Amino acid sequence: MDSSDVKVLGAWPSPFVMRPRIALNIKSVTYEFLQEGLGSKSELLLQSNPVHKKIPVLIHAQKPICESLIIVQYIDEVWSSGPTLLPSDPYDRAVARFWAAYVDDKWFPCLRGIAKAQGKETREEAIEQVKEGLVLLEGAFEKCSKGKGYFGGEKIGYLDIAVGSFLGWIRATEKMNGVKLLDEAKTPGLVGWAERFCANSAVKEVMPETEKLAEFAKILQAKFKAPPPN
Amino acid sequence: MGSEEVKLLGAWASPFVHRVEWALKLKGIVYEDVEENLFNKSPLLLKYNPIHTKVPVLLHAGKSISESLVIIEYIDETWKQNPILPEDPFERANARFWAKFVDEEFMEAIRQALISEGEQQEKEVKQAIEALEIIEGELKSKQKFFGGEKIGFVDIVLGWVTAWLEVVEEVAGIKVFDSQKFPSFNNWMENFVETPIIKDKLPSRDKLVLYFHKIREFSLASPTIK
Repeated sequence: MDSSDVKVLGAWPSPFVMRPRIALNIKSVTYEFLQEGLGSKSELLLQSNPVHKKIPVLIHAQKPICESLIIVQYIDEVWSSGPTLLPSDPYDRAVARFWAAYVDDKWFPCLRGIAKAQGKETREEAIEQVKEGLVLLEGAFEKCSKGKGYFGGEKIGYLDIAVGSFLGWIRATEKMNGVKLLDEAKTPGLVGWAERFCANSAVKEVMPETEKLAEFAKILQAKFKAPPPN
Repeated sequence: MGSEEVKLLGAWASPFVHRVEWALKLKGIVYEDVEENLFNKSPLLLKYNPIHTKVPVLLHAGKSISESLVIIEYIDETWKQNPILPEDPFERANARFWAKFVDEEFMEAIRQALISEGEQQEKEVKQAIEALEIIEGELKSKQKFFGGEKIGFVDIVLGWVTAWLEVVEEVAGIKVFDSQKFPSFNNWMENFVETPIIKDKLPSRDKLVLYFHKIREFSLASPTIK
Protein backbone atom coordinates (compact mmCIF):
# COMPACT_ATOMS: atom_id res chain seq x y z
CA MET A 1 0.00 0.00 0.00
CA ASP A 2 1.24 3.47 -0.81
CA SER A 3 1.85 5.09 2.57
CA SER A 4 3.38 8.26 1.16
CA ASP A 5 -0.13 9.40 0.34
CA VAL A 6 -1.55 9.46 3.86
CA LYS A 7 -2.62 12.66 5.59
CA VAL A 8 -4.34 13.31 8.89
CA LEU A 9 -6.25 16.58 9.29
CA GLY A 10 -6.40 17.40 12.96
CA ALA A 11 -5.22 19.38 15.95
CA TRP A 12 -2.82 18.34 18.72
CA PRO A 13 -5.19 18.77 21.69
CA SER A 14 -7.99 16.63 20.28
CA PRO A 15 -8.38 13.13 21.74
CA PHE A 16 -10.32 12.11 18.64
CA VAL A 17 -7.45 13.15 16.39
CA MET A 18 -5.04 11.15 18.52
CA ARG A 19 -6.86 7.94 17.66
CA PRO A 20 -5.94 7.61 13.96
CA ARG A 21 -2.40 8.85 14.74
CA ILE A 22 -1.88 6.08 17.30
CA ALA A 23 -3.35 3.53 14.88
CA LEU A 24 -1.05 4.65 12.06
CA ASN A 25 1.93 4.55 14.41
CA ILE A 26 1.11 0.99 15.45
CA LYS A 27 0.96 0.03 11.77
CA SER A 28 4.24 1.90 11.12
CA VAL A 29 2.57 4.00 8.44
CA THR A 30 4.12 7.41 7.84
CA TYR A 31 1.70 10.26 7.34
CA GLU A 32 1.56 14.00 7.03
CA PHE A 33 -0.11 15.76 9.97
CA LEU A 34 -1.97 18.87 8.83
CA GLN A 35 -3.08 21.00 11.75
CA GLU A 36 -6.22 23.09 11.78
CA GLY A 37 -6.06 26.41 13.61
CA LEU A 38 -8.35 27.00 16.58
CA GLY A 39 -11.60 28.61 15.47
CA SER A 40 -10.92 28.29 11.74
CA LYS A 41 -11.55 25.54 9.22
CA SER A 42 -9.35 25.01 6.18
CA GLU A 43 -10.66 24.56 2.63
CA LEU A 44 -9.30 21.03 2.69
CA LEU A 45 -11.28 20.19 5.82
CA LEU A 46 -14.51 21.66 4.42
CA GLN A 47 -14.04 19.73 1.21
CA SER A 48 -13.08 16.46 2.89
CA ASN A 49 -15.76 16.47 5.56
CA PRO A 50 -18.61 18.58 4.16
CA VAL A 51 -21.22 16.86 6.33
CA HIS A 52 -19.71 17.50 9.78
CA LYS A 53 -16.77 19.84 9.04
CA LYS A 54 -14.91 18.19 11.92
CA ILE A 55 -11.52 16.68 12.64
CA PRO A 56 -10.05 14.13 12.41
CA VAL A 57 -10.16 13.31 8.72
CA LEU A 58 -7.87 10.70 7.20
CA ILE A 59 -7.03 11.30 3.58
CA HIS A 60 -5.65 8.19 1.91
CA ALA A 61 -4.90 8.13 -1.81
CA GLN A 62 -6.97 11.32 -2.01
CA LYS A 63 -10.06 9.68 -0.46
CA PRO A 64 -11.38 11.14 2.80
CA ILE A 65 -12.48 8.99 5.74
CA CYS A 66 -14.25 10.68 8.68
CA GLU A 67 -15.19 9.86 12.29
CA SER A 68 -12.29 8.75 14.49
CA LEU A 69 -13.41 5.20 15.31
CA ILE A 70 -14.43 4.56 11.72
CA ILE A 71 -10.98 5.77 10.65
CA VAL A 72 -9.28 3.41 13.12
CA GLN A 73 -11.22 0.45 11.71
CA TYR A 74 -10.36 1.53 8.18
CA ILE A 75 -6.66 1.70 9.10
CA ASP A 76 -6.89 -1.79 10.60
CA GLU A 77 -8.54 -3.18 7.47
CA VAL A 78 -6.29 -1.50 4.89
CA TRP A 79 -2.91 -2.09 6.53
CA SER A 80 -3.77 -5.67 7.36
CA SER A 81 -0.18 -6.95 7.43
CA GLY A 82 0.70 -4.89 10.51
CA PRO A 83 -0.30 -5.70 14.12
CA THR A 84 -4.10 -6.05 14.29
CA LEU A 85 -6.13 -3.49 16.20
CA LEU A 86 -9.48 -5.22 16.50
CA PRO A 87 -9.63 -8.69 18.04
CA SER A 88 -10.03 -11.56 15.59
CA ASP A 89 -13.04 -13.20 17.29
CA PRO A 90 -16.44 -11.65 16.31
CA TYR A 91 -17.69 -11.66 19.89
CA ASP A 92 -14.54 -9.96 21.22
CA ARG A 93 -14.90 -7.43 18.41
CA ALA A 94 -18.49 -6.78 19.43
CA VAL A 95 -17.42 -6.22 23.04
CA ALA A 96 -14.71 -3.78 21.94
CA ARG A 97 -17.16 -1.88 19.72
CA PHE A 98 -19.76 -1.80 22.48
CA TRP A 99 -17.40 -0.21 24.98
CA ALA A 100 -15.94 2.22 22.45
CA ALA A 101 -19.48 3.39 21.68
CA TYR A 102 -20.15 3.70 25.44
CA VAL A 103 -17.05 5.88 25.88
CA ASP A 104 -18.03 8.24 23.08
CA ASP A 105 -21.80 8.36 23.58
CA LYS A 106 -22.20 8.17 27.36
CA TRP A 107 -18.90 8.77 29.14
CA PHE A 108 -17.23 11.56 27.17
CA PRO A 109 -20.22 13.95 27.50
CA CYS A 110 -19.82 13.60 31.29
CA LEU A 111 -16.12 14.49 31.07
CA ARG A 112 -16.96 17.50 28.94
CA GLY A 113 -19.68 18.32 31.45
CA ILE A 114 -17.05 19.06 34.11
CA ALA A 115 -15.58 21.91 32.05
CA LYS A 116 -19.02 23.20 31.09
CA ALA A 117 -20.43 23.11 34.64
CA GLN A 118 -21.59 26.50 35.82
CA GLY A 119 -21.71 25.97 39.57
CA LYS A 120 -19.89 23.92 42.22
CA GLU A 121 -22.75 21.47 42.61
CA THR A 122 -23.12 20.79 38.90
CA ARG A 123 -19.37 20.31 38.62
CA GLU A 124 -19.31 17.82 41.48
CA GLU A 125 -22.20 15.89 39.94
CA ALA A 126 -20.34 15.73 36.64
CA ILE A 127 -17.19 14.55 38.41
CA GLU A 128 -19.19 11.78 40.12
CA GLN A 129 -20.64 10.65 36.80
CA VAL A 130 -17.18 10.49 35.23
CA LYS A 131 -15.91 8.42 38.15
CA GLU A 132 -18.89 6.04 37.93
CA GLY A 133 -18.21 5.59 34.24
CA LEU A 134 -14.57 4.81 34.96
CA VAL A 135 -15.65 2.08 37.38
CA LEU A 136 -17.68 0.52 34.56
CA LEU A 137 -14.63 0.77 32.31
CA GLU A 138 -12.55 -0.92 35.03
CA GLY A 139 -14.97 -3.84 34.71
CA ALA A 140 -14.58 -3.81 30.95
CA PHE A 141 -10.80 -3.77 31.36
CA GLU A 142 -10.88 -6.82 33.61
CA LYS A 143 -13.07 -8.67 31.13
CA CYS A 144 -11.26 -7.71 27.93
CA SER A 145 -7.64 -7.83 29.08
CA LYS A 146 -7.99 -11.43 30.29
CA GLY A 147 -5.20 -10.83 32.77
CA LYS A 148 -2.88 -9.09 30.31
CA GLY A 149 -1.80 -5.46 30.16
CA TYR A 150 -4.20 -3.89 27.67
CA PHE A 151 -7.87 -3.96 26.70
CA GLY A 152 -6.54 -5.65 23.57
CA GLY A 153 -4.67 -8.27 25.62
CA GLU A 154 -0.91 -8.48 25.01
CA LYS A 155 -0.85 -5.35 22.87
CA ILE A 156 -2.71 -2.10 22.31
CA GLY A 157 -5.95 -2.54 20.42
CA TYR A 158 -9.05 -0.68 19.29
CA LEU A 159 -10.52 -0.21 22.75
CA ASP A 160 -7.19 0.90 24.25
CA ILE A 161 -7.05 3.58 21.58
CA ALA A 162 -10.69 4.59 22.11
CA VAL A 163 -10.33 5.00 25.89
CA GLY A 164 -6.65 5.91 26.09
CA SER A 165 -6.99 8.92 23.81
CA PHE A 166 -8.82 10.66 26.68
CA LEU A 167 -6.00 10.18 29.23
CA GLY A 168 -4.42 13.57 28.48
CA TRP A 169 -7.72 15.31 29.18
CA ILE A 170 -8.43 13.13 32.21
CA ARG A 171 -5.12 14.21 33.74
CA ALA A 172 -5.64 17.85 32.81
CA THR A 173 -9.11 17.77 34.35
CA GLU A 174 -7.70 16.22 37.53
CA LYS A 175 -5.11 18.97 37.74
CA MET A 176 -7.49 21.85 37.00
CA ASN A 177 -10.14 20.67 39.45
CA GLY A 178 -7.93 19.22 42.17
CA VAL A 179 -9.60 15.79 41.96
CA LYS A 180 -8.58 12.23 41.28
CA LEU A 181 -10.63 10.59 38.56
CA LEU A 182 -8.54 7.44 38.16
CA ASP A 183 -7.65 6.08 41.57
CA GLU A 184 -5.90 3.03 42.97
CA ALA A 185 -8.80 2.08 45.21
CA LYS A 186 -11.66 2.03 42.70
CA THR A 187 -9.90 1.58 39.35
CA PRO A 188 -6.58 -0.17 40.03
CA GLY A 189 -6.51 -1.96 36.68
CA LEU A 190 -7.02 1.28 34.76
CA VAL A 191 -4.32 3.08 36.78
CA GLY A 192 -1.72 0.51 35.75
CA TRP A 193 -3.05 0.43 32.19
CA ALA A 194 -2.88 4.23 31.90
CA GLU A 195 0.85 4.27 32.72
CA ARG A 196 1.51 1.47 30.26
CA PHE A 197 -0.54 3.07 27.51
CA CYS A 198 1.05 6.52 27.80
CA ALA A 199 4.54 5.03 27.87
CA ASN A 200 3.95 3.03 24.69
CA SER A 201 6.03 4.19 21.73
CA ALA A 202 3.01 4.51 19.45
CA VAL A 203 1.33 6.84 21.95
CA LYS A 204 4.11 8.86 23.60
CA GLU A 205 4.74 11.32 20.78
CA VAL A 206 1.06 12.14 20.18
CA MET A 207 -0.18 12.34 23.78
CA PRO A 208 -0.04 16.03 24.78
CA GLU A 209 1.52 17.04 28.09
CA THR A 210 -0.91 17.70 30.91
CA GLU A 211 0.50 21.23 31.43
CA LYS A 212 -0.04 22.17 27.82
CA LEU A 213 -3.59 20.85 27.82
CA ALA A 214 -4.43 22.76 31.01
CA GLU A 215 -3.12 25.96 29.40
CA PHE A 216 -5.07 25.23 26.26
CA ALA A 217 -8.24 24.61 28.29
CA LYS A 218 -7.87 28.08 29.84
CA ILE A 219 -7.60 29.64 26.37
CA LEU A 220 -10.70 27.73 25.25
CA GLN A 221 -12.70 28.84 28.28
CA ALA A 222 -11.75 32.47 27.77
CA LYS A 223 -12.61 32.28 24.09
CA PHE A 224 -16.04 30.78 24.72
CA LYS A 225 -16.96 33.13 27.53
CA ALA A 226 -17.62 35.73 24.83
CA PRO A 227 -20.86 35.29 22.79
CA PRO A 228 -22.62 32.03 23.72
CA PRO A 229 -21.45 29.19 21.45
CA ASN A 230 -23.87 27.54 18.99
CA MET B 1 -20.28 -21.53 15.54
CA GLY B 2 -23.27 -20.56 13.43
CA SER B 3 -25.40 -23.57 14.35
CA GLU B 4 -25.93 -22.64 18.00
CA GLU B 5 -29.21 -21.27 19.27
CA VAL B 6 -29.96 -17.61 18.56
CA LYS B 7 -32.37 -15.54 20.66
CA LEU B 8 -33.37 -11.93 20.17
CA LEU B 9 -34.61 -9.92 23.13
CA GLY B 10 -36.82 -7.35 21.48
CA ALA B 11 -39.99 -5.31 21.46
CA TRP B 12 -42.48 -5.20 18.57
CA ALA B 13 -42.52 -1.40 18.38
CA SER B 14 -38.77 -0.84 18.46
CA PRO B 15 -37.13 0.25 15.21
CA PHE B 16 -33.74 -0.80 16.60
CA VAL B 17 -35.02 -4.34 17.12
CA HIS B 18 -36.40 -4.44 13.58
CA ARG B 19 -32.98 -3.62 12.17
CA VAL B 20 -31.54 -6.70 13.82
CA GLU B 21 -34.47 -8.84 12.66
CA TRP B 22 -33.90 -7.72 9.08
CA ALA B 23 -30.22 -8.58 9.37
CA LEU B 24 -31.03 -12.06 10.74
CA LYS B 25 -33.59 -12.64 7.99
CA LEU B 26 -31.17 -11.48 5.29
CA LYS B 27 -28.77 -14.17 6.46
CA GLY B 28 -31.51 -16.80 6.74
CA ILE B 29 -30.77 -17.32 10.44
CA VAL B 30 -33.37 -19.10 12.54
CA TYR B 31 -33.90 -17.35 15.87
CA GLU B 32 -36.28 -17.14 18.79
CA ASP B 33 -38.07 -13.86 19.43
CA VAL B 34 -38.36 -12.94 23.10
CA GLU B 35 -40.77 -10.06 23.56
CA GLU B 36 -39.85 -7.58 26.30
CA ASN B 37 -42.24 -5.23 28.03
CA LEU B 38 -40.18 -2.04 28.18
CA PHE B 39 -42.26 -0.68 31.04
CA ASN B 40 -41.50 -3.81 33.06
CA LYS B 41 -38.09 -5.16 32.09
CA SER B 42 -37.41 -8.85 32.56
CA PRO B 43 -34.56 -10.26 34.70
CA LEU B 44 -33.17 -11.70 31.45
CA LEU B 45 -32.81 -8.24 29.90
CA LEU B 46 -31.34 -6.74 33.06
CA LYS B 47 -28.85 -9.61 33.22
CA TYR B 48 -27.71 -9.45 29.59
CA ASN B 49 -27.65 -5.69 29.12
CA PRO B 50 -26.90 -4.29 32.57
CA ILE B 51 -25.24 -1.14 31.22
CA HIS B 52 -28.10 0.21 29.10
CA THR B 53 -31.02 -2.17 29.94
CA LYS B 54 -32.28 -1.71 26.38
CA VAL B 55 -33.41 -3.84 23.48
CA PRO B 56 -32.30 -5.30 21.16
CA VAL B 57 -30.00 -7.85 22.77
CA LEU B 58 -28.77 -10.81 20.75
CA LEU B 59 -28.03 -14.04 22.60
CA HIS B 60 -25.83 -16.49 20.71
CA ALA B 61 -23.81 -19.45 21.94
CA GLY B 62 -24.19 -18.29 25.53
CA LYS B 63 -23.00 -14.75 24.81
CA SER B 64 -24.93 -11.49 24.71
CA ILE B 65 -24.39 -8.60 22.33
CA SER B 66 -26.06 -5.18 22.71
CA GLU B 67 -26.43 -2.01 20.60
CA SER B 68 -28.09 -2.54 17.21
CA LEU B 69 -25.15 -1.43 15.04
CA VAL B 70 -22.73 -3.60 17.03
CA ILE B 71 -25.13 -6.54 16.75
CA ILE B 72 -25.48 -6.18 12.98
CA GLU B 73 -21.71 -6.16 12.51
CA TYR B 74 -21.47 -9.23 14.75
CA ILE B 75 -24.10 -11.00 12.64
CA ASP B 76 -22.26 -10.05 9.45
CA GLU B 77 -18.95 -11.37 10.77
CA THR B 78 -20.33 -14.58 12.24
CA TRP B 79 -22.52 -15.67 9.29
CA LYS B 80 -20.74 -15.07 6.00
CA GLN B 81 -23.60 -15.57 3.49
CA ASN B 82 -25.36 -12.52 1.97
CA PRO B 83 -22.87 -9.90 3.22
CA ILE B 84 -24.42 -6.81 4.78
CA LEU B 85 -21.33 -4.56 4.80
CA PRO B 86 -19.30 -4.01 1.61
CA GLU B 87 -15.99 -5.80 1.23
CA ASP B 88 -13.86 -2.84 0.22
CA PRO B 89 -12.46 -0.98 3.29
CA PHE B 90 -13.27 2.47 1.91
CA GLU B 91 -16.84 1.45 1.09
CA ARG B 92 -17.15 -0.11 4.55
CA ALA B 93 -15.98 3.14 6.14
CA ASN B 94 -18.60 4.99 4.08
CA ALA B 95 -21.33 2.58 5.13
CA ARG B 96 -20.39 3.00 8.80
CA PHE B 97 -20.26 6.78 8.37
CA TRP B 98 -23.77 6.97 6.91
CA ALA B 99 -25.19 4.50 9.45
CA LYS B 100 -23.84 6.73 12.25
CA PHE B 101 -25.19 9.83 10.53
CA VAL B 102 -28.66 8.32 10.17
CA ASP B 103 -28.72 7.36 13.84
CA GLU B 104 -27.22 10.45 15.42
CA GLU B 105 -28.47 13.24 13.17
CA PHE B 106 -31.74 11.98 11.75
CA MET B 107 -33.23 9.30 13.95
CA GLU B 108 -32.33 11.03 17.20
CA ALA B 109 -33.95 14.28 16.03
CA ILE B 110 -37.16 12.44 15.13
CA ARG B 111 -37.16 10.69 18.48
CA GLN B 112 -36.66 13.99 20.30
CA ALA B 113 -39.42 15.63 18.25
CA LEU B 114 -41.79 12.87 19.37
CA ILE B 115 -41.19 13.58 23.04
CA SER B 116 -40.97 17.37 22.98
CA GLU B 117 -43.14 20.37 22.16
CA GLY B 118 -43.02 24.07 21.34
CA GLU B 119 -39.67 25.65 20.57
CA GLN B 120 -37.70 22.54 21.49
CA GLN B 121 -39.75 20.45 19.08
CA GLU B 122 -39.33 23.03 16.30
CA LYS B 123 -35.58 22.83 16.76
CA GLU B 124 -35.63 19.02 16.43
CA VAL B 125 -37.83 19.14 13.32
CA LYS B 126 -35.45 21.62 11.69
CA GLN B 127 -32.54 19.30 12.52
CA ALA B 128 -34.40 16.29 11.08
CA ILE B 129 -35.19 18.12 7.83
CA GLU B 130 -31.58 19.22 7.42
CA ALA B 131 -30.43 15.64 7.97
CA LEU B 132 -32.96 14.36 5.46
CA GLU B 133 -31.71 16.88 2.89
CA ILE B 134 -28.22 15.44 3.30
CA ILE B 135 -29.56 11.88 2.98
CA GLU B 136 -31.47 12.92 -0.15
CA GLY B 137 -28.25 14.30 -1.63
CA GLU B 138 -26.41 11.07 -0.93
CA LEU B 139 -29.19 8.92 -2.42
CA LYS B 140 -29.17 10.82 -5.72
CA SER B 141 -25.92 9.10 -6.70
CA LYS B 142 -27.10 5.59 -5.71
CA GLN B 143 -28.74 3.08 -8.03
CA LYS B 144 -31.49 1.55 -5.94
CA PHE B 145 -30.21 1.18 -2.38
CA PHE B 146 -27.23 2.41 -0.37
CA GLY B 147 -26.04 -1.19 -0.71
CA GLY B 148 -26.37 -1.13 -4.53
CA GLU B 149 -28.84 -3.50 -6.16
CA LYS B 150 -29.61 -5.19 -2.83
CA ILE B 151 -30.15 -3.76 0.63
CA GLY B 152 -27.09 -3.35 2.82
CA PHE B 153 -25.99 -1.91 6.16
CA VAL B 154 -27.19 1.66 5.71
CA ASP B 155 -30.50 0.56 4.19
CA ILE B 156 -31.17 -1.65 7.22
CA VAL B 157 -30.23 1.17 9.60
CA LEU B 158 -32.44 3.72 7.80
CA GLY B 159 -35.28 1.30 7.06
CA TRP B 160 -37.31 2.22 10.17
CA VAL B 161 -38.48 5.39 8.41
CA THR B 162 -40.75 3.37 6.15
CA ALA B 163 -43.04 2.47 9.05
CA TRP B 164 -42.16 4.89 11.82
CA LEU B 165 -41.67 8.32 10.26
CA GLU B 166 -45.25 8.82 9.18
CA VAL B 167 -46.50 7.61 12.57
CA VAL B 168 -44.26 10.01 14.50
CA GLU B 169 -45.32 12.86 12.23
CA GLU B 170 -48.97 12.15 12.98
CA VAL B 171 -48.58 11.62 16.73
CA ALA B 172 -46.25 14.58 17.28
CA GLY B 173 -48.09 16.86 14.84
CA ILE B 174 -45.01 17.59 12.76
CA LYS B 175 -44.06 17.45 9.09
CA VAL B 176 -40.64 16.31 7.97
CA PHE B 177 -41.06 14.25 4.81
CA ASP B 178 -42.37 15.70 1.54
CA SER B 179 -42.34 13.50 -1.58
CA GLN B 180 -41.85 16.53 -3.85
CA LYS B 181 -38.90 17.80 -1.87
CA PHE B 182 -37.30 14.37 -1.38
CA PRO B 183 -37.90 12.34 -4.58
CA SER B 184 -34.82 10.11 -4.29
CA PHE B 185 -35.68 9.32 -0.69
CA ASN B 186 -39.24 8.59 -1.76
CA ASN B 187 -38.01 6.13 -4.40
CA TRP B 188 -35.70 4.51 -1.91
CA MET B 189 -38.56 4.00 0.56
CA GLU B 190 -40.78 2.44 -2.10
CA ASN B 191 -38.00 0.03 -3.13
CA PHE B 192 -37.18 -0.83 0.47
CA VAL B 193 -40.74 -1.69 1.39
CA GLU B 194 -41.03 -3.96 -1.66
CA THR B 195 -38.09 -6.12 -0.52
CA PRO B 196 -39.51 -9.53 0.49
CA ILE B 197 -37.91 -9.85 3.93
CA ILE B 198 -39.11 -6.36 4.84
CA LYS B 199 -42.63 -6.63 3.45
CA ASP B 200 -43.48 -9.56 5.70
CA LYS B 201 -42.61 -7.94 8.94
CA LEU B 202 -43.54 -4.27 9.23
CA PRO B 203 -45.55 -3.52 12.36
CA SER B 204 -49.19 -2.41 12.14
CA ARG B 205 -49.58 1.32 11.64
CA ASP B 206 -52.58 1.62 13.97
CA LYS B 207 -50.84 -0.23 16.77
CA LEU B 208 -47.79 2.00 16.37
CA VAL B 209 -49.90 5.16 16.48
CA LEU B 210 -51.53 4.07 19.75
CA TYR B 211 -48.20 3.03 21.25
CA PHE B 212 -46.40 6.24 20.31
CA HIS B 213 -49.26 8.36 21.64
CA LYS B 214 -48.64 6.68 24.99
CA ILE B 215 -44.89 7.35 24.76
CA ARG B 216 -45.45 11.01 23.91
CA GLU B 217 -47.95 11.52 26.74
CA PHE B 218 -45.71 9.72 29.21
CA SER B 219 -42.61 11.74 28.17
CA LEU B 220 -44.34 15.11 28.19
CA ALA B 221 -45.71 14.42 31.66
CA SER B 222 -42.25 13.58 33.05
CA PRO B 223 -39.81 16.14 31.66
CA THR B 224 -36.75 14.67 33.33
CA ILE B 225 -36.95 11.46 31.28
CA LYS B 226 -35.09 11.69 28.01
